[in-house]
Amino acid sequence: MDNVTVEASALNRVYGSNAVVRDVSFSLSKGEVLGFLGPNGAGKSTTMKMLTGNLAPTSGSVKICGIDIIDQPKEAKALIGYLPETPPLYKELTVDEMLSLSARLHGVSRSGVKKAVQIAKERCGLTEMSRRLIENLSKGYQQRVGIAQAIIHNPMVVILDEPTVGLDPIQIRDIRALIKELGGEHSVILSTHILPEVEIVCDHVQIIHKGQLVFNGSIDVLKQQRHGNRLLVGLRNAPQADVLMGISGVVGVEPLGTGLLRVHHAEGAAPAEAIVQAAVGNGWGLYQIGPDQTSLEEVFMQLTYQEAAA
Amino acid sequence: MIFTLAGKELRSMFSSPMGWVILALLQFIFGTFFYNGFDNYMQTMSGAIRPEQRVGVTEFVGRNVFSIASIVMLIAVPLLSMRLISEERKNQTLPFLFSAPLTLTEIVIGKFAGLVGFLTIMVLIIGAMISSLSLWSDLDFGYLAANMLGLWLLVASFSALGIFMSSLTQQPIVAAIITFVALFGLMILDYFFASDPNSIFNYLSLMRHFEPFSRGLLDTRDLAYFFLFILTFLTLTIRRLDADRLRG
Repeated sequence: MDNVTVEASALNRVYGSNAVVRDVSFSLSKGEVLGFLGPNGAGKSTTMKMLTGNLAPTSGSVKICGIDIIDQPKEAKALIGYLPETPPLYKELTVDEMLSLSARLHGVSRSGVKKAVQIAKERCGLTEMSRRLIENLSKGYQQRVGIAQAIIHNPMVVILDEPTVGLDPIQIRDIRALIKELGGEHSVILSTHILPEVEIVCDHVQIIHKGQLVFNGSIDVLKQQRHGNRLLVGLRNAPQADVLMGISGVVGVEPLGTGLLRVHHAEGAAPAEAIVQAAVGNGWGLYQIGPDQTSLEEVFMQLTYQEAAA
Repeated sequence: MIFTLAGKELRSMFSSPMGWVILALLQFIFGTFFYNGFDNYMQTMSGAIRPEQRVGVTEFVGRNVFSIASIVMLIAVPLLSMRLISEERKNQTLPFLFSAPLTLTEIVIGKFAGLVGFLTIMVLIIGAMISSLSLWSDLDFGYLAANMLGLWLLVASFSALGIFMSSLTQQPIVAAIITFVALFGLMILDYFFASDPNSIFNYLSLMRHFEPFSRGLLDTRDLAYFFLFILTFLTLTIRRLDADRLRG
């Protein structure tokens, strides 16, 4: 139990008659990176606000390292670093001033402030911007300052709401590396709609749709769903489906037109080699064969639009 | 924590021209009235009045400066208090404070302390200005202290109301206008009910409680009034911010 850093149970948030978050429960252990996925308006930000004590849940509870955020907000909040959707920065301050303020307010001792600011700046690549006014920084740099203020007090839990928005590709790579690094010692929760990002940085994924968790599990499970048991085969002179079905391991053939076939095979079976041999022997004119990957987008669509499809 | 926050507010005040301009303009006004009062004193008191009718220089000049100060602050404080919370709302920086390990009370008191700190500088400068007369004459420092305390409590009350109004809206200028109207209403309340001296509304008037101080009179009833006034509006502000968290 010692390792559980975030524990949300049965979180509900109702605005009027509109339930934005419904019965969301999960827990996160130390060193894990949790990705929060969902279409716009799914309730990602609302959930994050509740986790950080910015919004009171209608019902349910949030515990940070065992401390209830509603009963003991001060103690619990000291363990969290939060970057909201809009980086909360005082534009009239310089980067150094802003970060020292954040450090002081988060209870870093007076003597430790300078060092904390220095480390946070190095981690987020802000060392050259120390004396610049935040107002004059580009969006990407402001975002970095936002991340820096969230990690300055070395919190147990870092919660980042769309941290890579507005960054250029190099910065995105740096920030992803930073998030992975943070994941080593802290727990990180981040929301995003950039799907490959989740695959790169997260250990755990949660997909939230219309306020409900529709998927909650390890990233490997998602990857598995993605790869599936399918081959994509291109044949110029395709034989009858029955012929292909005759090959061992093949359980289904689905023509896609223009000679492309989607071959379903049994779990664990690898009929690719047999198909190639048969194609060469019978002159089927094989021009393409490969695993048929569903893109993460498709998995995402499948999960979020289950209802619509059913 | 409160001091960190108050320091931040104070620094923000001085990091824009606003703080400096207001400080300089007000000081110019006070200086002018100080000079006028002093000049009048020299003319009036140079033998034209019989000795027993003469007024002390502290009271003569002080009344001049402090009465204008209370009116000028009525306009200046709303301009300073307007952005305290409304601007944070507008720029969406409130989550920064809400997610820091601070209670709402600490946030509100920190902001209030920052503003009152700024205004204290102004009150102290007025005090220093009048004290400079002691180079030339004997001063009634008790009278001066009572006036300074009265002015300080008055601007602190203005600030408390200003913060509350600032927490209600996203538009600083709207907050300033409402604060000004509300303060002006409270200031002249006893003017409307002058015909009925026992009316309860008389008692609510800010001016009525400031007036004894300007005579050099320290009355616990007035002190209690100002403390309760400040407490009420700071509590209302805390409640308003808490509603943000509860209602979203």
